[in-house]
Amino acid sequence: MPKDQGLISWKKLAPGMFILEPGNSAKFKTGDWRAFRPVLDKEKCIKCGLCYVFCPDFCYTKDEEGYYISNLYYCKGCGICAQNCPKGAITMVLEEA
Amino acid sequence: MRPELKDFKGFNLKNLPEYEGFAPGHRACQGCGTVLPLKLALKVLGPNTIAVSPTGCMEIISSPFPYTSWKVPWIHVAFENAASVASGIEAAIKVLKRKGKIPKKEKINIVVFAGDGATFDIGLQFLSGALERGHDFIYICLDNEAYMNTGVQRSSATPFGAHTTTSPAGKVIKGQVTWKKNLMGIVVAHNIPYAATASPAFPIDLMNKVKKASLINGPTFLHVFSPCPTGWGCKSEDSILVAKLAVETRIFPLYEVIDGKYVINKLIGHTPIEKSLLGKYGKYVLEKRVTPQKPVEEYFKLQRRFRHLTPEQIKFIQKRVDEEYEKLVKLSEYFGIEE
Amino acid sequence: MEKELAKKISLSINESLKVKKKIGKEVSVAIAEAVAQCKVDVVASYPITPQTHIVEHLADLVNNGELDAEYIPAESEHAAMSACIGAAATGARTFTSTASQGLLLMYENLFIASALRLPIVMVITNRSVSAPISIWNDHSDIMTMRDSGWITIFAENGQEAVDLIYNAYKIAEKALLPVAINIDGFILSHVIEPIEFLDQELVDKYLPPLRMKYKLDPKKPITMGAIGVPEIYTEAKKAQDEALNASYRIIVNAWKEFEKLTGKKYQPIETYQIEDAEVALLIMGSLAETAINAVDLLRKEGKKVGLIRIRLWRPFPLKDFLRAIGKIKALGVVDRAVSHGATGGPVGIEIRSALYQSNKRPRVVNFIAGLSGRDVTVEDFVELFERTYKAINKKPKFSYEIYGVME
Repeated sequence: MPKDQGLISWKKLAPGMFILEPGNSAKFKTGDWRAFRPVLDKEKCIKCGLCYVFCPDFCYTKDEEGYYISNLYYCKGCGICAQNCPKGAITMVLEEA
Repeated sequence: MRPELKDFKGFNLKNLPEYEGFAPGHRACQGCGTVLPLKLALKVLGPNTIAVSPTGCMEIISSPFPYTSWKVPWIHVAFENAASVASGIEAAIKVLKRKGKIPKKEKINIVVFAGDGATFDIGLQFLSGALERGHDFIYICLDNEAYMNTGVQRSSATPFGAHTTTSPAGKVIKGQVTWKKNLMGIVVAHNIPYAATASPAFPIDLMNKVKKASLINGPTFLHVFSPCPTGWGCKSEDSILVAKLAVETRIFPLYEVIDGKYVINKLIGHTPIEKSLLGKYGKYVLEKRVTPQKPVEEYFKLQRRFRHLTPEQIKFIQKRVDEEYEKLVKLSEYFGIEE
Repeated sequence: MEKELAKKISLSINESLKVKKKIGKEVSVAIAEAVAQCKVDVVASYPITPQTHIVEHLADLVNNGELDAEYIPAESEHAAMSACIGAAATGARTFTSTASQGLLLMYENLFIASALRLPIVMVITNRSVSAPISIWNDHSDIMTMRDSGWITIFAENGQEAVDLIYNAYKIAEKALLPVAINIDGFILSHVIEPIEFLDQELVDKYLPPLRMKYKLDPKKPITMGAIGVPEIYTEAKKAQDEALNASYRIIVNAWKEFEKLTGKKYQPIETYQIEDAEVALLIMGSLAETAINAVDLLRKEGKKVGLIRIRLWRPFPLKDFLRAIGKIKALGVVDRAVSHGATGGPVGIEIRSALYQSNKRPRVVNFIAGLSGRDVTVEDFVELFERTYKAINKKPKFSYEIYGVME
């Protein structure tokens, strides 16, 4: 039995090795990469949405009150949101081990 | 005014499209400034889009089997031929619509997301051919100023003096010895209806330009400045700041060329003169105020790839940057939009 | 009474002649007409001798409104094949044609097209490969794409070229693999032959419109060309390999259906007078027709000779080949390309490897002839037969020989 084997059977591959499920990278947790985590101070937030616009990892979604909350499953802790918040409402906090 | 742009209304932070054409969970570096314009462009273009990528960072991070971040149909063929593949797709859609095999009313956007290596160097012939043939597609060059995916080698988009692994800052020769290739000049020479530069630091402007490019019938080109913290040696949170400084130091001017007429979107360090350079397109410009010019050192000191620059090199760069900008201003005066 | 019968016979001959209309056309033009009959959607072109007449005629047809297709005059062959890939991925029927240097320029795309399972049809007018630069005919260009995963078929005359075009689309779209039809440059592409085209209704019956399950469609988004990580690359190649092997059955069935429709028979290995032959030559392409004359000549002298012609080169029809060689004692493989540093020409090493899969061991002699348009006459073929005969008793000194070289 060969030690190194494939992910799935060749018979189950779509012809041409196409990936048929669009956007399925959403299953992959990139949140493991981060060292810092963004923390929002709702007092200062003016709900402008710039954090949502500038996040390269599509982490921000609006909650019921209109605040943009970061999705920690994907957040890589780059800090762009914190640096570009016009009111300084986001701070990057060291992730606990 | 081009008829397609007659009803165009710009975006603002309150009316951003909600659609996302790209999924999270992609493998881009922290703070990647290249995937950001991609995200914004796909937001604007919507689900009726077919995307093409050549080999490069954006292709690698988005499609490691079995995961894909693309929510729109996407094809990757080889390194240099993204523009030709897009030509083939556009021709197929045109003829299939004519023969009634796909509904005629549906507008399908065809967009190429290519890096600077694949556009400036190996793919230049293919880009030129596709633009000359007049296919209706959008070519977005995400310019991070080197072959980043293979480990930061120089390309013809690498700026003068930058350190890359194939133009290292050594003891004798310090960094890239040639000036960044003027790709916008080459593209504009093909007489395409729309070409523009954009930067993720000005996201609304970028999205407006993508929208305009999608509305216009014919080949359109966007040269997008894409910061790469990994390759440039800047902090991951500085991506947007660096992109902003590039515009404010005149290193990467924001302008559009519509049917051969130059429109500068952000005047840096110029007092407004009597003849408005903004013309009929003025309402699409972000700020009509003049932005004060910042010296190039401010842009360089954030990036490790420029830390070896000697004062002579910086002086040379500042002079050349100012010259290029003046040239652009003159172009917009003589070949600008008339009132 | 006899006069009445004679009149009846001549009338019936006239009727049958009317039904089978043969038109004299240059083979390149005939190929273009056949492609147009197949209702191709996208044609990508780049000029290179000697295939240019094909794409020129297609441009005429498009611009005169006789063919409803998009014509992409690409800026290089690499761009032409890239455009075909893009168009085929979107579900359009595509066509391109090239030769020699053009084929070599689009090389990386050939592997991509077959791995992405795109039904592109390409005509290759076989021409020598540089250097030295040469526009004349031999097989060195097609032999560079042995490993590319394309279904490769050879035509020996203009009629076959036209018939194979109709078949190419049928095969490509059923197997979802690209097909290359090979004709000898100048020898076939530039001659005028009597060609019988299929009626358009028959073509439409034989070739239904292209329907692809997986294509670039915003309603069903898919990702084409993902990264083949080590955990999946082997499986992807196995899947492609199995697909190419399975296409043999599709090709044979398509030819059987074509025979029912038109009465013309095509087989993976064609033979001539092989049944009781002791010695045979193996050849591909239009030189086979000259070799047939040599076989007839030698048969008149009582020699038991035959001819094997490979029509289907990839996937290599091993079983058909082993069945075809019958009881021959010696086989002369006539290559039309050099494979420098190998133990024979490209076809020679393929044949020797195929024979090793069976117990049959005819002596194999490998000649490389007809390079870059050099004439191989009936006398030359008679000479090659003689040498193959001699080889039965005396093993040839070299494993391959470039025939007809000036010492």
